[in-house]
Amino acid sequence: MIRDIVVIGGGASGLAASISAKKRNKDVLLIEREESLGGILNQCIHNGFGLEVFKEEYTGPEYAHKFIEEFMDLKIDYLVNTTVIKLDKNNDDFIITLSSKELGIRNITARSVIISSGCYERTRGQISMPGDRPNGVITAGSAQRYLNINGYMVGKKVFILGSGDIGLIMARRMYLEGAEVLGVAEIMPYSNGLNRNIVQCLNDFDIPLYLSHTVTNVEADEDKRLSAITIQQVDERFNPIPNTEKHFEVDTLLLSIGLIPDITLLDDLYVEVDPKTKSAKINQAYETSVKGLFICGNSLQVHDLVDNVSKESSRAGLSASDYLDGLVTNRKKIAINPGKNILYVAPQYLDFGWVEKDLLVSYRSSKKIEKALVKVYQGEKLIYQKRRAFIVPAEMETLTFSYLELDQNQDIMIEIEEV
Amino acid sequence: MAKEFICIVCPRGCRVIVDDQGSISGNQCKRGEIYVKNEMTNPTRILTTTVKTIFPEIPRASVKTDQPIPKGLLMKAMEEINKIVIDKEMNIGDIVIEHILNTNANIVLTKEIKRKEERK
Ligand SMILES: Cc1cc2nc3c(=O)[nH]c(=O)nc-3n(C[C@H](O)[C@H](O)[C@H](O)COP(=O)(O)OP(=O)(O)OC[C@H]3O[C@@H](n4cnc5c(N)ncnc54)[C@H](O)[C@@H]3O)c2cc1C
Repeated sequence: MIRDIVVIGGGASGLAASISAKKRNKDVLLIEREESLGGILNQCIHNGFGLEVFKEEYTGPEYAHKFIEEFMDLKIDYLVNTTVIKLDKNNDDFIITLSSKELGIRNITARSVIISSGCYERTRGQISMPGDRPNGVITAGSAQRYLNINGYMVGKKVFILGSGDIGLIMARRMYLEGAEVLGVAEIMPYSNGLNRNIVQCLNDFDIPLYLSHTVTNVEADEDKRLSAITIQQVDERFNPIPNTEKHFEVDTLLLSIGLIPDITLLDDLYVEVDPKTKSAKINQAYETSVKGLFICGNSLQVHDLVDNVSKESSRAGLSASDYLDGLVTNRKKIAINPGKNILYVAPQYLDFGWVEKDLLVSYRSSKKIEKALVKVYQGEKLIYQKRRAFIVPAEMETLTFSYLELDQNQDIMIEIEEV
Repeated sequence: MAKEFICIVCPRGCRVIVDDQGSISGNQCKRGEIYVKNEMTNPTRILTTTVKTIFPEIPRASVKTDQPIPKGLLMKAMEEINKIVIDKEMNIGDIVIEHILNTNANIVLTKEIKRKEERK
């Protein structure tokens, strides 16, 4: 049997993609590695989810539950405790190799695939951190999972490297559970976290935030457990400044130093990758350079708001359905390039063969801009602009415009002008 | 002594200063003033945490206060919540502790507690 759509990953993204495709009467199979659906939301027990989609603030598990209920009501096929280990192509079809205790290793064929495999955390190996390699250095997301799902505290005296939201949320969480949280060090002169989290996770509990600081030494005791760290201020080139050392005795160092889209499954498919998003390049239908292969959610771009994940993935599900219905013809594409003050854009291509006539572009700025004029050019011609106040890298931005009138032979460029 | 707040009403994140006379400056709009006045007089927060259960496959279930509680009560509320052990199946929204610390807030489940056999 050949499936219409196989969705890989059952977090917020995979759930929304499956739901929208199923509502178009497609035959959908969702595959999830963990024993339950919901993905990262299951461990994000704090509130602040869903303001845009539901006009109400939910916790992560509550937000997931809303989508899981709808997913179950639609009677969509799914497998849990099942990992996709390989993705390949055979002519126009995809061969999905999965592995589980119950089924062993097995191949499934599908006409299209949606990747919604989320992201992973950067670890110590990905930044160069000097010193010993003891136990007790762990990513903030793993610590969050141990604590919120398993009820296991990873330590009692904690320091956090990196001011991303996961680190901030964990600072509060461990403080509330009785740990001593000695501080957060951030190498940049500003925090990557949302203001709300700085205020409610750090300031509320008088946890210090050391900006322009990084960990420069890690010490272990005889049992190879973390015993102390040293942090140091850095200059504009991120070099440690002598005589600014601060020493902390800790048993745990949490790393919150960045998230990277998980696209390991694309390795065998020669997908065109964007070094900026570290994920596949897509067109406006969330389709990669391989026809019929779609990607969305954190595996496409690391999101700060789950609402955007759900909306984006729901559109990806509809695209897969359009593709299967043969609605995509006369493919002709132009590039969408990031210009001044833009960190990345997605999609990276506009494909005129797709049916939708509005183009939605997600982007992040490369710095904080108080008064911004966002401009879209095709060659010399300004085709769209809008004013925005307070664009910050920590918050993903979007813009939408019609592409009916565009020249099909010239690339587009998006930039932010400071005014 | 003057006190500094970061306003969290919008992404702008104004640094708002309240001096000894209680006059507020640094905010670029009215909403900042309201936010800071509230933070000065009665700061409240939603508390989210977990409770223990007797079920080995779901050792913890997540909970929250169904409305904000005074910031100063957060640690005390944690102590109360950490005494609880759930020993039966329950649904999202079910009350685990009523009127925690005599506030109007209840501690409610944010995750359903269903044993494996019942779940499909
Ligand atoms: C700590 C933290 C705090 C956050 N706070 C907020 C917040 O306050 N408000 C907000 O709106 N958003 C927040 N977000 C963002 C938002 O929750 C996430 O962006 C969103 O839930 C991601 O959904 P996803 O489906 O893309 O990824 P995930 O939830 O990670 O789902 C991916 C799924 O794919 C599965 N998978 C991966 N590879 C395979 C494979 N090979 N085979 C089978 N299955 C596989 C994984 O097991 C996982 O379940 C937060 C995120 C984090 C990490």
